[in-house]
Amino acid sequence: MTDTTTTLDQETRHQAAPGFERAEMPPAIRPATERDPLRARIEDFSFYYSNGFQAIKHVDMPILDRKITAIIGPSGCGKSTLLRSLNRMHDLYPGNRYEGKVILEPEGENLIGPDADPVLVRLRVGMVFQKPNPFPKSIYENVAAGLRVRGIKKRAVIDEAVESALRRAAIWDEVKDKLHGSAYDLSGGQQQRLCIARGLAPNPEILLLDEPTSALDPIATAKVEDLVQELSETVTIVIVTHNMQQASRISHRTAFMYLGEAMEFGETNQIFTNPRHPRTENYITGRYG
Amino acid sequence: MTTITEGSLGAAVTTDQAALDAVRKAKQKDIVLATGGMIVMAIAMTLLLTLIGDLVIRGAARIDYGFLTSYPSRLPERAGVLSAWVGSLLVMLVTAFLAIPIGIGAGLYLEEYARKGWLSNLIEINVSNLAGVPSIIYGLLALGLFVYGFSLGKTILVAGMTLALLILPIVIVSTREAVRAIPRIIKEGAYGLGADQWQVMWNYIIPAARPGILTGAIVGLSRAIGETAPIITIGALTFIAFLPPPPVTGEFPFISFAWLNDGFTVLPIQMFNWVSRPQEGFHTAAAATGVVLIALTFSLNGIAIWIRYRLRKGYRN
Repeated sequence: MTDTTTTLDQETRHQAAPGFERAEMPPAIRPATERDPLRARIEDFSFYYSNGFQAIKHVDMPILDRKITAIIGPSGCGKSTLLRSLNRMHDLYPGNRYEGKVILEPEGENLIGPDADPVLVRLRVGMVFQKPNPFPKSIYENVAAGLRVRGIKKRAVIDEAVESALRRAAIWDEVKDKLHGSAYDLSGGQQQRLCIARGLAPNPEILLLDEPTSALDPIATAKVEDLVQELSETVTIVIVTHNMQQASRISHRTAFMYLGEAMEFGETNQIFTNPRHPRTENYITGRYG
Repeated sequence: MTTITEGSLGAAVTTDQAALDAVRKAKQKDIVLATGGMIVMAIAMTLLLTLIGDLVIRGAARIDYGFLTSYPSRLPERAGVLSAWVGSLLVMLVTAFLAIPIGIGAGLYLEEYARKGWLSNLIEINVSNLAGVPSIIYGLLALGLFVYGFSLGKTILVAGMTLALLILPIVIVSTREAVRAIPRIIKEGAYGLGADQWQVMWNYIIPAARPGILTGAIVGLSRAIGETAPIITIGALTFIAFLPPPPVTGEFPFISFAWLNDGFTVLPIQMFNWVSRPQEGFHTAAAATGVVLIALTFSLNGIAIWIRYRLRKGYRN
């Protein structure tokens, strides 16, 4: 079983993941051979910060539709940088530069192409940040923010979207009686779920989560993890995490990044039980990172 | 109870004598600093309160309805500040209308839109320096440019423009600081939802920065209302026995801007004029004018505090 997979991988590696060749990959990389439909393809992607530092080096990675893709790796490996590239957050600061392609399927649109408008990209690819960052407004207005940005004004439409997003984010029961109270009165864990609701409300095609639980206590973390797993039935999720247990618990695919390169990508189970790259093994067994 | 503290906690903490000494020393330094700060503050407050108190004691009795509704006079007991406080208010109106929108616009542009580079650095340094330029320089500039260059005359409009120039750097700098104080993650959160720059500016940055911007505007206006030198430089009159035409008229279009082109005096000039008179009665009138000026400044600040409080409350919900 394992042998056949490996053989298949070796055969398809060249078409599917050209970037890995440059990175002196061992023959064990598992590229996008899965039959699951793709939501996005990252192809030969590099990223340079304005000071010239190349934070991402020729990364190739498939992002499966309605699955959770986790990106793990030691601090400074570029995992957050990669995630923030997917909705063009780097465009907020001058001088940053992308190379390669991030193709959004099924249309085949290149999100980092010269004529892709970062604002339009962000309308399709939502983001939840490391620290809960609710706006200094009411809970209702926080969730409605993404709709208002899209010019939706009808009260009934917004009401419905707010409730639906809060329900999907599993926080409706906790906030339904204080929708017009300040979002700052919620606990940290609730705030983060509110931020997830805010990201969900406009129905993004992909939701990016940048270490969403690193500022939360274990109970709040568990709630967010449950939520993310439930959400993956309806929305494509890419999550960056420092917490390897978290990646192994909730994700379907895992990418291991090291010094700006994607060292290994595969089914989460395989990455954690049978890593093929020695660096991956070192990392998940806790030898560094 | 004491035994437990000494036995467990106490022992655990006090084993290292050197660390204990260091902590004690740090605490002593804290006390010295706090005491020193309190003394300095007490001196400053006492001086300030003495000055204001002196002014009030000498002038308060002079303030009555007649003082506020009379024009200046040769006779100290009949002199009033009507033309001065009306002049001050009208000049402030012009200043506010010019300095606040321009200053906020410039601040927002410099902070959010302008490309960061040597040019924006140069502008930033210059704006900060302008805030420290002596006000009489602004007066000379206004005299040369507005009064003679543009032939606008010695009018309320010119005084308002001069003071607007004077406080523009204050408004710009405080706008920029207020915008800069907004956490990056809030801005990124808004952009992350797909908001464009205008939406982020209008719905997130300006509401969050409003209290800070307003504070800057009021600090600027408070400074402008007490300015004497630039107003004297552009040639404000010191004896005005008439009021400018009212801004609201009985006939269509009901609003008149004729007052902009009128001569004027302001409270600090009136005060300055009376202080230099030999008669004792005028000195009392000057003190009373000072009290009116301070009251005006304080109420300006009071309004600002109130608006800020309302905005903070409104914005959070």
